[in-house]
Amino acid sequence: MQSKKKLKLMNSIWTYTLIIIIGVILLYPIIWMFFAAFKENDEIFGSTKLLATHYSLKNFIEGYQGSGVLTYTTYFWNTFKLVVPVTAFTMVSSTLVAYGFARFRFPFKKLLFSMLIATMMLPNAVIIIPRYTLFAKFGWIDTYMPFYSLAILACYPFFVFMLVQFLRGIPRELDESAYIDGCGTFRTLMQIILPLMKPALFSAALFQFMWTYNDYFNSLIFINSGKKYTVSLALRLSLDSESVVNWGKIMATSFIVVLPLILLFFMAQKYFVEGIATSGLKG
Amino acid sequence: MMNSSYSKVIKNRYTKRDYQAFLYLAPWILGMVILQIYPFICSFYYSFTNYQISSSPIWCGFSNYIYLFTKDNEFWKSVKVTVVYTLYTVPGKLVMALAVAMFLNRNIKGINLIRTLYYIPSLFGGSVAVSVLWKALFIDNGVINAILSSLSLPNIQFWGNPDYALKTICLLEIWQFGSSMVMFLAALKQVPISLYEAASMDGANKLQNFLHITLPQITPIIFFNLIMQTIQALQNFTSAFVITKGGPIKSTYVLGMKLYKEGFSYFKMGYASAISWAIFVMIVAVTLLLFRSSSIWVHYDDEDSF
Repeated sequence: MQSKKKLKLMNSIWTYTLIIIIGVILLYPIIWMFFAAFKENDEIFGSTKLLATHYSLKNFIEGYQGSGVLTYTTYFWNTFKLVVPVTAFTMVSSTLVAYGFARFRFPFKKLLFSMLIATMMLPNAVIIIPRYTLFAKFGWIDTYMPFYSLAILACYPFFVFMLVQFLRGIPRELDESAYIDGCGTFRTLMQIILPLMKPALFSAALFQFMWTYNDYFNSLIFINSGKKYTVSLALRLSLDSESVVNWGKIMATSFIVVLPLILLFFMAQKYFVEGIATSGLKG
Repeated sequence: MMNSSYSKVIKNRYTKRDYQAFLYLAPWILGMVILQIYPFICSFYYSFTNYQISSSPIWCGFSNYIYLFTKDNEFWKSVKVTVVYTLYTVPGKLVMALAVAMFLNRNIKGINLIRTLYYIPSLFGGSVAVSVLWKALFIDNGVINAILSSLSLPNIQFWGNPDYALKTICLLEIWQFGSSMVMFLAALKQVPISLYEAASMDGANKLQNFLHITLPQITPIIFFNLIMQTIQALQNFTSAFVITKGGPIKSTYVLGMKLYKEGFSYFKMGYASAISWAIFVMIVAVTLLLFRSSSIWVHYDDEDSF
């Protein structure tokens, strides 16, 4: 009995040791980034030391000032103007489409649904060039319209699919009885379905926010004037603009850029983790 | 009675209410046609033209493809780099995710916190910030080399040596296994305990349990991850572009970069479209292969779930 208890204790010590080791390996880069943000180049390089010798906000302030003409205030404001409407539009359009798929019987439904699945796997690489020329014809290059239009027209089939799956789990009796009571389909959606969809929508919105915030390829292609740059574009610019890279400053800037995501994550971590766990979202 | 037979008759006809569905689907149908199907067909057409952004497309037959496959040495190099990148990252990430998920799938106090912390690297996805961080960590006299020195191991030129640059970029992707891990953990929780109970009555050991119960039960989620991650990996761009710009000696010049260079630096839209179709054909081939193989190894409990 005694030895069995001992074995169990040893076992859990091993388990937690391993958990901590994996955790340290995973989080070390980010913790390192935070401390490197306080250092000068000669302190960063050739040293295994994590903590900085002096703590001043110099790197953060200089990094935030960007090129001098345009500061990260502009870049963050641009990112906000891009990411927030894209997230909101995606949620509205995906909800409508998912409702259409989940709650109606209509001709060609099977075909259309397989089209939805097919577009989910359609690689961005293969459509990016005609999309670019199309948006160029509309005069939308160097605006955020390409991003908005994709969101308004539900061109993120992943979220539609996710919401359809979620709606299938909500009993139909609820909205059918509302319909029998003379409630129109739109009112049924707004009053019965939408309140029940809140957790799924919240998860989807977080992911769309995160992906759009992190996206670099599309911003690089569609946006080209500095005053419209998002934080990703600006960060890449600051890495390349100096002949001798001041890594402390770059790390400080990178940290400022990832900070909103980290904060959002900790405020809403339940929705992030549950969202992936229940809906099979890739990250 | 009358009523039910009546409803049976109209069951195959659609009511006015049913047609309202198209109102809800309208934005998506419009978007799919204009921003997905049209560009898809268009890029196929462009790939047979010498389209440059300033001039209109002129038909040139197979010449883009002939040049790409026979004269453009960069292309085959890129294909090789992209395939190697995919072969390292996708299995690497999934094996890590599965191993850690298996390890965490027991009664552990604070599992929610652990899950959350392990997820953090995935938060930054393919962002520029994380690429910049990776570049700094693995730079010649950077902290990773300092750690190697302190363990009296030889230093490595992670970014300067073509043998290491691509592998170091793969490591960035594998580091972000947290999101797949969370999915696997959720799937593991769904495996019915009754299966294990039955197995233990038959005297199955842990390895047998894993191979014959756990693994088959979570194959659908492994399959889904495999497909999505492969599609993503074959189009990778940001890390290679930001960290190494494709170098040294094109050892990280993935197809995504090649596409970007031809299409958006030289504005050779026709040629770039041919590259994009090469990527597409690769993706389709791999996806079909995976789907074909799925009947052998993917286990579905309810066959008609779709």
